[in-house]
Amino acid sequence: MNGPTHGRIVAVNGPLVTCEVDEGREVLQNEVAYVEVGGVRLKSEVIRIRGRQIDLQVFESTTGLKVGDSAEFSGELLAATLGPGMLGMIYDGLQNPLGELENDQGFFLRRGQYLPSLDQKRLWDFEPMVQAGAQVRAGQYLGKVTEGIFPHPIMVPLVLLGTWEVKEIRSAGQYTVNDTVAILKSIDSQTQQEVNVTLKQEWPVKRPMRIYEERLLPDTQLLTQCRLIDIFFPLSEGGTACIPGPFGAGKTVLQQIISRYAETDIVIIVACGERAGEVVETIREFPLLEDPKTGKSLMDRTVIICNTSSMPVAAREASIYTGITLGEYYRQLGLKVLLLADSTSRWAQALRETSARMEEIPGEEAFPAYLESRIAAVYERAGKVRLNTGETGSLTLIGTVSPAGGNFEEPVTQNTLKVVGAFYGLSRARSDQRRYPAIDPLISWSLYIEQMQASLNTRHENWVDLVKKAHNTIFKGNEVRQMMLVVGEEGMGLDDLVVYLKSEIIDAVCLQQDSFDKVDQATSRERQISDFLLLMEMVDHPFVFESKEQAKAQMTHLQNLFFQLKYCPFEGDDYRRYRSEIESILNGKGVSHP
Amino acid sequence: MIMEHSRIVRVQGDIIAVPATDIAYGELATVRSRRGVSLAQVIRLRGGEVFLQVFAGSRGVSTGDTVRFLGHPMQVAFGDALLGRIFNGSGEPIDKGPNLHALPRISIGGPSVNPVRRVIPRGFIETRVPMVDVFNPLVESQKLPIFAAAGEPYNELLARIGMRANADVVILGGIGLKHDEYLKFRIAFEQAGVLSRTIMFVHTASDPVVERLLVPDMALAVAEQFGVQGKRVLVLLTDMTSFADALKEIAISMDQVPSNLGYPGSLYSDLASRYEKAVDFDGAGSITILAVTSMPGDDVTHPVPDNTGYITEGQFYLRNGVIEPFGSLSRLKQLVIGKVTRADHGYIMNSMIRLFARSREVEQKLAMGFDKTPDDERYLKYGRLFYERFMDLNVDLGINDALDLGWKTLAECFRPDEVEIKQEFIDKHWPA
Ligand SMILES: Nc1ncnc2c1ncn2[C@@H]1O[C@H](COP(=O)(O)OP(=O)(O)OP(=O)(O)O)[C@@H](O)[C@H]1O
Ligand SMILES: [Mg+2]
Repeated sequence: MNGPTHGRIVAVNGPLVTCEVDEGREVLQNEVAYVEVGGVRLKSEVIRIRGRQIDLQVFESTTGLKVGDSAEFSGELLAATLGPGMLGMIYDGLQNPLGELENDQGFFLRRGQYLPSLDQKRLWDFEPMVQAGAQVRAGQYLGKVTEGIFPHPIMVPLVLLGTWEVKEIRSAGQYTVNDTVAILKSIDSQTQQEVNVTLKQEWPVKRPMRIYEERLLPDTQLLTQCRLIDIFFPLSEGGTACIPGPFGAGKTVLQQIISRYAETDIVIIVACGERAGEVVETIREFPLLEDPKTGKSLMDRTVIICNTSSMPVAAREASIYTGITLGEYYRQLGLKVLLLADSTSRWAQALRETSARMEEIPGEEAFPAYLESRIAAVYERAGKVRLNTGETGSLTLIGTVSPAGGNFEEPVTQNTLKVVGAFYGLSRARSDQRRYPAIDPLISWSLYIEQMQASLNTRHENWVDLVKKAHNTIFKGNEVRQMMLVVGEEGMGLDDLVVYLKSEIIDAVCLQQDSFDKVDQATSRERQISDFLLLMEMVDHPFVFESKEQAKAQMTHLQNLFFQLKYCPFEGDDYRRYRSEIESILNGKGVSHP
Repeated sequence: MIMEHSRIVRVQGDIIAVPATDIAYGELATVRSRRGVSLAQVIRLRGGEVFLQVFAGSRGVSTGDTVRFLGHPMQVAFGDALLGRIFNGSGEPIDKGPNLHALPRISIGGPSVNPVRRVIPRGFIETRVPMVDVFNPLVESQKLPIFAAAGEPYNELLARIGMRANADVVILGGIGLKHDEYLKFRIAFEQAGVLSRTIMFVHTASDPVVERLLVPDMALAVAEQFGVQGKRVLVLLTDMTSFADALKEIAISMDQVPSNLGYPGSLYSDLASRYEKAVDFDGAGSITILAVTSMPGDDVTHPVPDNTGYITEGQFYLRNGVIEPFGSLSRLKQLVIGKVTRADHGYIMNSMIRLFARSREVEQKLAMGFDKTPDDERYLKYGRLFYERFMDLNVDLGINDALDLGWKTLAECFRPDEVEIKQEFIDKHWPA
């Protein structure tokens, strides 16, 4: 390349801008380009190249652009900046720090304002971990800085290929993200290439970071503290899950509660095309909440990528990739990372909007034909890996899906179900009845039970079988319920009725979990085990009733005891009292009717 | 710089194309035709061709007509002088009041608020409608539509709830509004004594379809300015389905591939960019948006209510003249329930709804001819009381009275161990 490539705008169609470059100039797919309007440079990305005609998706409003205006190509792919100082940040989809924009821009997001993703002035305490002369490869740790809750290794830049020799390494001291802390030399004596390593590095967001020894089978449970998930449809570290559901069924609340209580090192929240207000709750509340693991604020383990529904659509598409790239980076540091994306449908719609403007041949519901492969590529970037350093790291991905009309037979849901390992399907029927979280136990699944069997059975010797039995009771209870709708209660046998009543208890006290109650909102592993085993004693108990009325009255009483129990702090006095009351009933002393 | 161009080379639907250079995307123009002058907006540039959507529609436009580019995007006058005034769908006063030429003009459809500059809303708006206050409380800065089929009294409900919001400024955006309905709003504002702090942008059913597109943006741009100045603004938009239908017409004229029932794939983003103007500013005022989304065919999965539900912070589902407990939702309710309102609020709300769901099931069961059990009798009674005391829109009750009535109603029908409420609240509130 000889100097930056320039172009002239020939067409504007919403965020899609077409420009023409001179014959013979080089342009890269997914390269960043800037178009200029009234002295403001707007960031954009090359999304199609047809001869001299280059299509750009502009990440901002294109109002005011004219035919003939100029475009300048950067020669660089759309990339994320990675390094210490990302934790606790609130970024837009292109990794602009929204909190910093605030200082000079007032209430509104003015277009064309781009700030560095990392604090340029902050000094970090760097400690070297290698010596000059060492041979290193991409991802190997050269040193570390301490960032809040954990030591943040400084790696050989991930984009480097092959083996390098440490020519110089700086001594311990304070450095900004832009200071050189090491110089690497290519061992290929031909080129003698040298690279300056700083605390920060860049990675093109759309390229998966595959710098590891091997991918591992996800076989360890990731505890979310949501009972329905942890007990019935467990998720693994490095696994993937989707949460489809009609509007208002509880996708966001479920993700929010997982983001607080999941046992993981890092949480990345990608608010993709959803409500700004929901992000605000996280932004304002996380700093006030304590991470039980570190004792620090939850914000210290969290990064928020925020491209809400009224922010430009093209940047919404980028936001998911930015989030995943950050997640992969932390995984390289040997950490457990959880990425929550809400909602992947908005990302898919962004693809659709752009595709329509490019007049590509549409597929089902006007989504582009490549929707399936794009979705697969996103989820494939999750996983548990053994790094070149010998450590393991994992990136777990949970995406919500917002199907049109709440109907799961639509392209985004269907294509997502093909690639994820767990499916938490929310149902309108359950959310209407306020049975939260509205994950429908009759349709949801987790493929991880099999491969995590050993780890799950450390909860209790035949945990997996017990869960199956509970799940079966729910299925049977539902059958009875369906039958009751046809033949009425009078047409039902007493035994069937009892199965139904048992399934209702499981539903009320185990499946349902109140996200807004301080005690109930999160259930520790220990408590999950203890309460579930007690519940299974109830399921196994051979109740003897004389009549349906008696069965209903006594099971209602029992249900109420379980219900009160779940709102009591674990192992407290009230907890013990209700528990022993339940135990005495199950130990055959009979139900004492109030 | 103002430029005139004649030679309209293409007319398709309400879109026209003219050859022109140095025209900005989004720029406004006027089209002078036999039928008068209409505003038009640039929606696409392609080489030397400029495409415009004509707000008054293209009927009567001829190839010989003149297009005049104004050199700026759509703007609206802003100032306190707007209070009490009435405008049409293109922002012209229609109330014979003084002209507003001296006022500064602001652009519509501006950028979104930096999420970091929002605060968590906390203002409980007591409407004295129990189905709202108890089960789905309205919160200042919320965006909330009323979903209703044709024929439901949605505008009455909108006006009634709206008047309770006690806002500093009320802005009505009428989109395809029937003239009678417009007059009813005026009367309601007058009776509530708020006319002097009301601004109306009224596009009526007989006005050109494309003109509907401007109404929400004008109303919200004005609201935003007042909000930044520290005012608590309430925006009423009715009917947003008419707005979406105008988007559909434009999309079809532009040969866009529809995603669902003819609506463009961008419907979600188009609606969201309007509704997201609802905001509680950090250190300034707020904008609350109450809207009407009529449901074609009473179908909530129709693309307009469906996309709306994914955007707004809940919805009131109006059916058979009452707010349905199922399907209605205020997503901000947890911000005020038990925090601004009484501590027992959340528990009584959940319990009452759960029991009402069961009473509906019992009703269905009996409708199918099954025997009535003694339990059924109690559920039926509960269902009846619930309807009379809470659902009936004529009920006018403060929140605390409504909560007390809730406890009373539960106690009249059930035992404490049947209602699934934490013991401490049972102990405190269960009527003796
Ligand atoms: N676990 C829960 N416990 C109690 N209430 C809940 C729970 N989950 C959801 N809700 C209620 O349902 C409302 C809607 O939930 P949420 O915003 O998560 O829906 P959603 O599926 O994300 O909808 P959308 O697709 O429109 O974003 C919440 O505001 C809350 O009132
Ligand atoms: Mg949501």
